[in-house]
Amino acid sequence: MTQDLRYSALKKTPFHSKTSMASRTNKYYNWNGYTVPTEYSTTELEYTAARNGTSVMDLTPMGKYEITGDHAHRFVDYLVTRDLSEMKDNTVAYIIWCNEDGKVIDDGTIFKFSSTKFMLCCAVKIYNWLNDSAYGFDVSISDVTDTIAALAIQGPTSCSTLKKFGAEDLEKLKPFEMREYKIDGFDILISRTGFTGDLGYELWTDPKNAEATWDNIEIAGKELKLRPFGMHALEMTRIEAGFIQTNTDFMAAEDSLRPTRMRSPYEIGMGWLVHLNKNSYFVGKKALKKEKEESTTERCLVGLDIDGDKPAHGSVIYNSKKEDIGIVTAALWSPIMKKNIALASLKRPYGIKIKENIFAEIYHPEELEYRKIWARCKVVKRQFFNPERRNKVPADLYE
Amino acid sequence: MPKNTHDVIVVGAGHNGLTAASYMAKAGLDVVVLEKNDWIGGAAVSRELYPGWKYSNCSYVCSLLRPEIMRDLELYKYGLQIIPYEGSATMMKNGDYYTHYHDHDMTINSIRRHSHKDAEAYERYSRDVLRQCKIIKPLLKMTPPDLTSFKPKDLFGALEFAKHFAAKDELDGLGEKEIYDTIRFYTMSIRDYLEEYFESEITKAHLAGSAIIGTALGPCSPGSAYVLLHHYMGEVDGSVGSWGYARGGMGSITQAMMGCLKDHGGEVKPSSEVTNVITKNGKAIGVATQNGDEYYAKKIVSNLDVKRTFLKITEEKDLPDDFVRSVKNFKIRGSSGKLNIALDALPDFPCIPEGDPGGGGDMHFTETIEEMEGAYDDWKRGEWSRNPYVDMCIPSKSDPTMAEPGKHYMSVFIQYVPFNLANGGWNEERKQEFGRHIVDCISEFSPNFKDLINHYEVRTPLELENEVGLTEGNIFQGELTMDQLMFNRPVPGYAQYRTPLKNMYICSSSTHPGGGVMGAPGANAAREVLLDMNVPQKGNYY
Repeated sequence: MTQDLRYSALKKTPFHSKTSMASRTNKYYNWNGYTVPTEYSTTELEYTAARNGTSVMDLTPMGKYEITGDHAHRFVDYLVTRDLSEMKDNTVAYIIWCNEDGKVIDDGTIFKFSSTKFMLCCAVKIYNWLNDSAYGFDVSISDVTDTIAALAIQGPTSCSTLKKFGAEDLEKLKPFEMREYKIDGFDILISRTGFTGDLGYELWTDPKNAEATWDNIEIAGKELKLRPFGMHALEMTRIEAGFIQTNTDFMAAEDSLRPTRMRSPYEIGMGWLVHLNKNSYFVGKKALKKEKEESTTERCLVGLDIDGDKPAHGSVIYNSKKEDIGIVTAALWSPIMKKNIALASLKRPYGIKIKENIFAEIYHPEELEYRKIWARCKVVKRQFFNPERRNKVPADLYE
Repeated sequence: MPKNTHDVIVVGAGHNGLTAASYMAKAGLDVVVLEKNDWIGGAAVSRELYPGWKYSNCSYVCSLLRPEIMRDLELYKYGLQIIPYEGSATMMKNGDYYTHYHDHDMTINSIRRHSHKDAEAYERYSRDVLRQCKIIKPLLKMTPPDLTSFKPKDLFGALEFAKHFAAKDELDGLGEKEIYDTIRFYTMSIRDYLEEYFESEITKAHLAGSAIIGTALGPCSPGSAYVLLHHYMGEVDGSVGSWGYARGGMGSITQAMMGCLKDHGGEVKPSSEVTNVITKNGKAIGVATQNGDEYYAKKIVSNLDVKRTFLKITEEKDLPDDFVRSVKNFKIRGSSGKLNIALDALPDFPCIPEGDPGGGGDMHFTETIEEMEGAYDDWKRGEWSRNPYVDMCIPSKSDPTMAEPGKHYMSVFIQYVPFNLANGGWNEERKQEFGRHIVDCISEFSPNFKDLINHYEVRTPLELENEVGLTEGNIFQGELTMDQLMFNRPVPGYAQYRTPLKNMYICSSSTHPGGGVMGAPGANAAREVLLDMNVPQKGNYY
């Protein structure tokens, strides 16, 4: 039986023929309506590639929106909390944006091609939010999720891999810069961005060019310890880097069923992205200003360094009086640091003023029985792992 | 005349009567249920009217039946199982179709084929409707407080009600905005509500269906948004808003309840139509049946709708005048019909690709809200809709017990069909004409449909009244509008399952929380009876 093309099963990305061929385990999951691998062979080895060689991941399902028009720059600056008025062409910025109540809708990256053309990448679906917010601005918004194929190329040898692939002088590209290349007749955009907290790039091209690009990158990285990596390995690296994940570490304001679950930027460690002194208005500014002035922030998102070696998945966090003060949103035994780390959402003043005598209750499964571990936690910087090579210019080359 | 004395008499062996009876029997009372038909189940019934095919003659899908009731009455033991739907689809005249699936992302991808904006708006819409479902859930099993009373029970009840309205338990409390949304939701028309989210006609039409099924409101009538909620607030194993088939048809629900009742010493008497309530000194003491029997009991619980209970089997002299007037004014207008069809094979619906799970649940062919409103306009004139809204499903696709392998049973619910048919009312000829009309409408989307039909049963509102006993054939036993919901249902001041006639109670869908095969009115009423009799009660429900 041939499948009717209208039949709306989960979609396949333009790399699917390649990623499915590379998959040894046939483990897939549903990311934003696409079928993509969770794991290709072994998560540990995929993780290692990201910290040792080059890891390649199919990023296509990530939401991508193009914002064009005379007011594009003004609109983007109005949309997000960060001051982007000075943003230069061919650069990328990490951003968050809020609703009118100053609650975070999502985080993402914004790519500036020119003052009339931007691309926004993020996790949640915001086509309607962008259109509604754009009222009165001379901009047009299009969802380009399907029309741009994207790969993440991350790891210490990633620059060398991409140079071999044909990206000349790539080592000179600074973090959060991007450059357009013409390789094998196709336009390819490469940005020095990523979600692993390491040296790394993201590559954006036409879906027609996807399969050839995958093959050529694989050839280029052959001697540079290249490996495709899946969502599980990415999750490990992003926790080490202290990056937050929408609807995992905080609930997107527009997705929260329970209004009390919505978070302001200050509650998820994103206060540094809120520029209240920005000249122009931005969505949520009034509410955030009020929150700041009246110090009404209730929670915080912190890094925890936890005793022992058992990851604190979903653990409840307590103070010394055994009062519930928060919850772990992501936990990991970090292979590179040999540390038991976690991201946790705590009720202030815990995590801000009180950083001592905090405990995690960990239920560790041991052959059909749970061992209950009462582990001491230290509040630390959320960015657990931040190697020098990440921001080095020129980037490290292996030749 | 034999003098039968029991603790409780329940009038009517529908799902609410049997739920109430089972709870009371489980609590140790001697309960007898009197049923007018020679079969039991009321509107939750499976009958074999054509050899080899079982029909869910009236209600046809299950979602609202409270899981606490299924658990308390151990209905699985007596054969009840719910099979979830795979999806739903609306077929379009241009050969295309619109679908929803069990998987949220597949649904989004499917909506995106019709409108990008709608696909994304669906996320927000699902969140908002789910929020409303969570608000209403704890209210379903509460006895509504009397807002005019100063009794501590009612004062605390009102506080409790308000607390749940602010969703203190289910949603950790709502903000101002969400409470405003709730109030708007209860009074809006479904068209206005959907317009706030969606742009494409087909998305709106598909979603609006749930807001008109069973009601005598159109999609533009204020209050229809709540009807949508009424169809969404159910669940199949925690999946809120999901619908499923009862294995063996809807009759397996009432059969299971009867199994539980009998195991606890209760009794059901078919072919025993109650003609009047026997009173003495202003108190109900028993009932008399058509066949001349009399039954006596400490408490009498009516599972008939409020009009039948107080205008047919109770004498007006036993009731206060204002109460009788309110009962007379109770809105209970029939608006739906049904076809149950025995098919030789699965009909082709070329709009829906073969193997698409979207065809596994309810199917429709109304493409715009305007069409739907047009169908309602016909009803207002006393005619059946020329271009009706149908809710079709083929339970035998998932349930192996309805027909032999390869054969299929199809249920077609039709909106709108009047109780008072213009130009002379219903007769056999016009009933068959109506049936043929619906078959023709379906045939437009299924070329081989007619050839596969072995037999079909046509049901009009008149039949529903005559056979099942639903006044005017209203499937909810009373319109689901704010003036007839919660503390207003069935009549303000009498929303606590007690009636002006002492020892007489009402447990039917005419009471809070209303229609659908939910069981909640029955369980709530049983709680009040047990309270009044000082019988201790236990279970997940209470």
